[in-house]
Amino acid sequence: MPRLKSLQELQKLRTQLQKDLDARIETNTNIIVGMGTCGIAAGAREVMHAILAELEARDIQAHVTTVGCIGMCHREPLVDIQQGDEPRITYGNVTPKMVPRIIQEHLVHGQVVQEWAIGRVAADEYIRKQEG
Amino acid sequence: MAERHRADVLVSCLHGRWPELIPALQEEIERRGLAGEVDVVEAGCRGLCAMGPVLLVEPDGLFYTNVQPADVPELVEETLVKGRALTRLAYQEPVSHQAICRYEDIPFYSKQVRHVMRKCGMIDPESIEEYIALGGYQALGKVLTSMTPEQVIAEVSKSGMRGRGGAGFHTGRKWESTRKAPGDARYVVANGDEGDPGAFMNRSLMEGDPHSVIEGMIIGAYAIGAHQGYIYVRDEYPLAVKNLGIALERAREYGLLGQDILGSGFDFDLKIVRGAGAFVCGESSALMQSVEGKVGEPRPKHFHATERGLWDCPTALNNVETWANVPLIINNGAEWFASVGTEKSKGTKTFCLVGQIENTGLIEVPMGITLREIIYDIGGGVPGGREFKAIQTGGPSGGCIPAGLLDLPVDYDSLTAAGSMMGSGGMIVMDDHTCMVNIAAYFLDFLKEESCGKCTPCREGIRRMLEILTRITEGQGEMADLQTLEVLAKTVQSASLCGLGKSAPNPVLSTLRYFRDEYVAHIVDHKCPAGVCKALIEYYIIEELCVGCGLCRRKCPQEAITGERKALHVIDPAKCIRCGICHDVCKFDAVGVR
Repeated sequence: MPRLKSLQELQKLRTQLQKDLDARIETNTNIIVGMGTCGIAAGAREVMHAILAELEARDIQAHVTTVGCIGMCHREPLVDIQQGDEPRITYGNVTPKMVPRIIQEHLVHGQVVQEWAIGRVAADEYIRKQEG
Repeated sequence: MAERHRADVLVSCLHGRWPELIPALQEEIERRGLAGEVDVVEAGCRGLCAMGPVLLVEPDGLFYTNVQPADVPELVEETLVKGRALTRLAYQEPVSHQAICRYEDIPFYSKQVRHVMRKCGMIDPESIEEYIALGGYQALGKVLTSMTPEQVIAEVSKSGMRGRGGAGFHTGRKWESTRKAPGDARYVVANGDEGDPGAFMNRSLMEGDPHSVIEGMIIGAYAIGAHQGYIYVRDEYPLAVKNLGIALERAREYGLLGQDILGSGFDFDLKIVRGAGAFVCGESSALMQSVEGKVGEPRPKHFHATERGLWDCPTALNNVETWANVPLIINNGAEWFASVGTEKSKGTKTFCLVGQIENTGLIEVPMGITLREIIYDIGGGVPGGREFKAIQTGGPSGGCIPAGLLDLPVDYDSLTAAGSMMGSGGMIVMDDHTCMVNIAAYFLDFLKEESCGKCTPCREGIRRMLEILTRITEGQGEMADLQTLEVLAKTVQSASLCGLGKSAPNPVLSTLRYFRDEYVAHIVDHKCPAGVCKALIEYYIIEELCVGCGLCRRKCPQEAITGERKALHVIDPAKCIRCGICHDVCKFDAVGVR
């Protein structure tokens, strides 16, 4: 990895990374698991394993990434699904048993499991808005 | 029967808009010589009005949304002449998320202002690329290329930023003293020790967005002229240690740490120091002792850390949350930062909302928000329909604030005036089943264990106060005890060496101030109004509710309950050990506490 030697290089890198990030968001399905300590304590690791197993079993291509605590510790484990440039849909209090249905309905049929979904957020837009 | 056509174009969801669409379609179809083959029909609403006008081409079943008159030539060419789907307009199965509310509309988030935590839970903490893509390290770049250290300090001073560790010292002033102090080596230190039970703001920040802390520290180091920094994290936070470690490594690879950062000639590096989890090591001077490899004990404050801190060199020690605020101030300006908050407390503060509260979690709110908004609007109130009794802010050595002060604005000065403190940001909510004498004893028990023992007032004072409190909860208290407690508390407060000792009597003083009647009830009436203190309560069977099922009799470990089947049962107070099992198992709420 090249060392950054100036602010211009940093800015160039940022533009490039921004493009990569956008490309990833637009073309793929992202499954984001809250894996802060609170999430792990609530069983997020088991949920993530269940997700990986289900994706493997159904041969579905999706990125599985982990993030830290978003604050809603009482709804952990939290699992977000983001497809294309749609906002992330967040599922709360997810258990491994819930995983097959979420993947079947959300990823295969494109229907959000309404009763388990607790919110939606467009992540990078949200971050920029908070930054003012 | 209508005339048969090769294809039908059904147009729906026009609702009076785009009157020219159908004529345009008909005209284009005629122009291409398809008039006899294709019919255009205005059909009923398909319920997709938001995507209208909607076109369905039968028998192929091609479905197009948002069709504008300008699209007509291309659409007719592709679909009707060439028989191909025009993907540009084709309907895509939407992920039906409209019924799900946006994060900003969830009550838990609607009153929050997430500045420091904005990336937590949104980005992959192991990926420096995501941090950079979302504007990370831009503040550092700006500082190194276009600002002098003095300008950085001036900007931070102007923002009105005060330390997020709890004491609330002005960050800009602290940096200025450190910069001006004589000496060759200088250090920056991040306090990530977070010893308060029930508090996890700093942990979440280090786990979820480690680069924000690192970027803040590099900027701070540039401002004060340091070339080495330390992040002090307790080892009980393994994920924070891991994510910080990865973050440091990645930052070094990109040349954001190390020699000649971003070609500016500025050198700086960071090291993680793991603490063994002593509460006292969250105190600045004890923390620095611990970094030096010595026993973590505070030292007298004849001189400040800004002059003689780590290895007796000028040191700027800030909480991790303070550091994470720095890039925001640089990027958005001091005015932006100061636009949130109150006159003397600027910006936002993170809090951990725990205890008897519906929405347990981590929140970030503007300074000056009321406790009521935090507890009811964000926290969702007290579960089980119980009543709110008190909230303890600032960790175990904070004070308990009663329901009467719910409209108190949350800022450094208001909390101190109410006998509590900001602390690092723990908030423990208590309901009406909490005994305030018992809770004061509980916190003192924690502080007794965690007192380092270096100074007498803290070591002995807390112990003696705890003895008195324990006596009161056992019904052995006297009214004179209250005075003794106050004298002891004031002594510990004024004579202790460090901030932890000075604040340790807060739980006692604040409960005496706001809940004195509970102390009196324990001492004079030998009653615990909340029904908690075992020596002062009695379980009894409520005559009119008991159906004589016998469940309590069978469950009682002391065989203290007697009674015939389907007849009133009785608890023998002499045998009862007040374990409360009968109370918990009774399906008819027939076991009362008095």
